[in-house]
Amino acid sequence: MTPPTAPLDLAAVRGDFPILERRVNGHPLVYLDSAATSQKPRQVLEAMDDYYRRHNANVHRGVHTLAEEATHLFEEARGKVARFVGASERATVFTKNVSEAINLVAYAWGLRNLREGDEILVTEMEHHSNLVPWQLVAGMTGARIRAVPVTGDYQLDLDALDGLLGERTRMVAVSAMSNVLGTVNPVAEIARRAHDAGALVLADAAQAVPHAGARLDELGVDFLGFTGHKALGPMGVGVLAAREELLDSMEPFLGGGEMISDVDIDRFTWNTIPWRFEAGTPNVAEAVGLGAAVDYLQGLGMDRVRAHEVDVTGYALKRLGEIEGLVVYGPSEVEHRGGMVSFTIGDIHPHDVAQVLDAEGIAVRAGHHCAKPLLRRLGVQATTRASFYLYSTTDEVDALVAGLERVKRFFA
Amino acid sequence: MALDDLYQEIILDHYKKPRHPGRLEDAQVEVHHYNPVCGDELTVGLRLDGDRVAAVAVDGKGCSISQAAASVMTEQVVGRPVGEALDQAEAFRRLMHGEGEPDEELLGDGIAFKGVARYPVRVKCALLGWMAFKDAATRAGGPGAHVAEGDSPRMEPGTGREGN
Repeated sequence: MTPPTAPLDLAAVRGDFPILERRVNGHPLVYLDSAATSQKPRQVLEAMDDYYRRHNANVHRGVHTLAEEATHLFEEARGKVARFVGASERATVFTKNVSEAINLVAYAWGLRNLREGDEILVTEMEHHSNLVPWQLVAGMTGARIRAVPVTGDYQLDLDALDGLLGERTRMVAVSAMSNVLGTVNPVAEIARRAHDAGALVLADAAQAVPHAGARLDELGVDFLGFTGHKALGPMGVGVLAAREELLDSMEPFLGGGEMISDVDIDRFTWNTIPWRFEAGTPNVAEAVGLGAAVDYLQGLGMDRVRAHEVDVTGYALKRLGEIEGLVVYGPSEVEHRGGMVSFTIGDIHPHDVAQVLDAEGIAVRAGHHCAKPLLRRLGVQATTRASFYLYSTTDEVDALVAGLERVKRFFA
Repeated sequence: MALDDLYQEIILDHYKKPRHPGRLEDAQVEVHHYNPVCGDELTVGLRLDGDRVAAVAVDGKGCSISQAAASVMTEQVVGRPVGEALDQAEAFRRLMHGEGEPDEELLGDGIAFKGVARYPVRVKCALLGWMAFKDAATRAGGPGAHVAEGDSPRMEPGTGREGN
């Protein structure tokens, strides 16, 4: 990685993202919804285009030249991703998104290992994708779901964690960075305590990987999931990185082509990892695109990406704090949070906020952000969320603030 | 797009000063409807007098479009025969889906929501109040439907518009 010697060349970075030239409703696009999906640099678009124009073939099963090229590109992308998240290539599985990655663990590990009365420990700030798969499997096994509470300063209650961890705890599934609050959770510390209690740990790193970098080896977790499209890559490819011997001990999740070593009419034997967990033709171009996205991020250096986001987020917290009636949900210390700010303004519904901002070309998220238990805990129906990435600017924050003043006038 | 197209004066007026707000004490039927897209919620209380709408009230929270449309709905239906009110509901549904020419007579102030039809995500918000009314009217008119139902949350199929 590049040492953090210089800040990002913002103009050059923005020049790599064709969509940022768009105008929306007569205004330059101000894209503040990167926590929902990031925009894509042309390096990613070109890698995918090149794949389809020059190398397209099905992977792993042809002897012809194109098939070999496609297989090489696909596996090369796996290697890039594996090194990026600190996992072995054998234990880096391509899925379609982080939801599928978590479902894979819930079904392939959970269904076979959870017993009645076992406990799955989640947190109150999880995205639905790190709740519902566990609920499904709990329903089938009789396991119970418990949750680490969120404190008044929007952090996980680590004191409560120790009381919740017990001999029945089999899995701790925790977000590395909240998609609503932006809270960066102490996953390494949680993993240490969970392992002491004999539980496995899954980190939902959907936000952490793209915005701060997150590594299986450094966090010391057993599973780490993220999705490509939030990390400059295309939609349709996600990743489950796992501890190799653990993944190797797991039986398949989805069945089909590719994940077998032999098949008879009424039985099959399964393939080695990672392909055991990749049934059917994978999203090859998308994986190649994600590989290009990883190259792009590493070329800039994740520490510089993070530093840029801290700057923009700090500026946003300061400017938004000047708006009367605006309440921010999330840690006030920018060092403890990712590049997103959730807020409400008085009684104005977030969908009305987002609608008025859209008229100014400003794209923000409004709603429950797929984290309804957290919003219930916060006592709000919905929030508006502005989220930043490596191409976001303080000018865009100023545009947001001006737009919010207009929102206030409109609904006053 | 012109914001004023969507948020006409009359809509903002109903949003800021909803008509017939709160719970109806002597409601014959109460229904609770929910729009998972916006998280809009409405409790609509209804009392019939014969085949006429004697009283209606809306206790709700949510976006301006949902709350204003429900408020307009209450003004439209009070005192009308249920059959006519259901015709109004249908006229409003057609307006939201851009079907045929708007029937301004049936729609009344509802015509102000014409611009909403161009925003598919918001159509559900606008329809919520009328959907709740139709549900309440059906329950009130059906056999044994005089029993107040209390909460009956409607879980509609998600639209996937709230992705993370």
